[in-house]
Amino acid sequence: MVNGEGGPAQALAMSILVRMADVYGATELMDISQAHIDSTIYLGDATLEFAERLASLGARVVVPTSLNVSGVDECGWKDWAVKPEWAAKAARQMLAYERMGAVPTWTCAPYQTHMRPAFGQQIAWGESNAISFANSVIGARTERYPDLLDICCAITGRVPAIGLHLPENRGGDLCLSLSGVPAELQRDDQFFAVLGHLVGQLAGDGIPVIDGIVVSPTEDQLKAFAAAAASSGRVALFHMVGITPEAPTLEAAFRGREPEQTIAITVGDLRAARRELTTADGREIDMVILGSPHFSLEEFRLLAPLVAGRHAHPRVRFLITSSRLMKERAREAGILDPIVAFGAEITLDTCILASPMLPPEIRMLMTNSAKYAYYAPSLLNVRVTFGSLADCVRSAIEGRIVRDESLWQIA
Amino acid sequence: MITGRAIVAGEADAEALVTHDALSFWGGYDFHTGEIIDKHHPLAGVRASGRILAVPFSKGSSTTTAVLLEAVRAGTAPAAILTTGTDAFFALASIVADVMYGKSFPVIALDPADFATLRSGEHLSIEASGVIHRR
Repeated sequence: MVNGEGGPAQALAMSILVRMADVYGATELMDISQAHIDSTIYLGDATLEFAERLASLGARVVVPTSLNVSGVDECGWKDWAVKPEWAAKAARQMLAYERMGAVPTWTCAPYQTHMRPAFGQQIAWGESNAISFANSVIGARTERYPDLLDICCAITGRVPAIGLHLPENRGGDLCLSLSGVPAELQRDDQFFAVLGHLVGQLAGDGIPVIDGIVVSPTEDQLKAFAAAAASSGRVALFHMVGITPEAPTLEAAFRGREPEQTIAITVGDLRAARRELTTADGREIDMVILGSPHFSLEEFRLLAPLVAGRHAHPRVRFLITSSRLMKERAREAGILDPIVAFGAEITLDTCILASPMLPPEIRMLMTNSAKYAYYAPSLLNVRVTFGSLADCVRSAIEGRIVRDESLWQIA
Repeated sequence: MITGRAIVAGEADAEALVTHDALSFWGGYDFHTGEIIDKHHPLAGVRASGRILAVPFSKGSSTTTAVLLEAVRAGTAPAAILTTGTDAFFALASIVADVMYGKSFPVIALDPADFATLRSGEHLSIEASGVIHRR
């Protein structure tokens, strides 16, 4: 491929891949059967030039390939503060990846679409939350791929045979054991996002095994956990004993090895982690933002009864970031109308972190997403209050921050 | 003198900026200014542009690589990056910057014990072999 039998784009992608195989210390490459491309996020001229270079050389993906969020809501950006020049360049970058034959899913939650991989499938995925979810919750096998390399893997169908692609490297390194954390708290809507935020900080560059979960988390709670742990930390694979597929038991999660370290997680640790996610200190609220990772059909289902027949306060905007597919499914399920009637706006293809869409008067956000809470203060210079979905809805209605603290005040 | 492993070989001669906390460049580095912007990070508000950034490893977003590529193009990247292990994200940014713009920066992995001796403000000179001289 490097010699150009597959065309100049494949030769370029292969030359980058071969140099990276050397970096990873791989002695061989292996096949993949799927890819997810995070390089879609438009940042500036370099990301666009890279995409257009590949596309102009005739790049084609050789495995089924989904696309992550882009830098713009292609159809809705004019409703927001996005500048036309940004929108035009971000749209060019979208087009470049579509021309390569990838499926325009435009979502950071590709595992909730028809492109969801299977247990044991070898894949090359970018997007930190998606990597973590695919590896941990599904049991597919991907290394933690960065932007720019994910597309090289998709164009060649190959990856370095290293890291999390190999079963022997997928055992846990450290044991994080919940200690005296009551089921009541574990059932709370915010619990898994908060736990993920904490685990990301504790795990360092190791694979964490979480023990002591006594509830059955929903897929969206595991999604929130994965996204949080891959934001505060670099967790590309985690095991939850009794919950994730490679961890039926503690021993299985460690693949027979001894944990390097065991750390207890207490209610006090979780309370402190939850406090860190809030960087605002008053009751002011300009916007509720939901959907990082992208809001799923199930999340629309949970939201609909909370907002039915109600109206958001006129001073508070209520924004959901999601994918075209999930919005369509919500519409088909008949649950979109009450949400729109409540005053919710829905942005597709992108999110508030990847697209400069928020007007400057939006300064105080509220969210149930630990990923939004982690990144928004730095990227957008806003302040954030973290709370449950119900807290977000109530606050939007009342026009001031309202949080039910009862479960989190237990000593 | 420290002997590192050149993950991406190259030379650099600049002041060190040292942290023991991992960093995501997406949400953590403004490529327009070369400043670290992650408000959770101890180096928030510090310019890393043109300095030798010692950071144990990348965390967070896959887009770290793309932010670093933008920084190389804009001339706001660190002069080199020193890590405690092989960090593919930093290495890839340097390799793609070389492919796209003929500009790369050294990425050197150090033994954690050597890494621990680095101090912000000291002057470092990196050879292509991965040997680092301290002045």
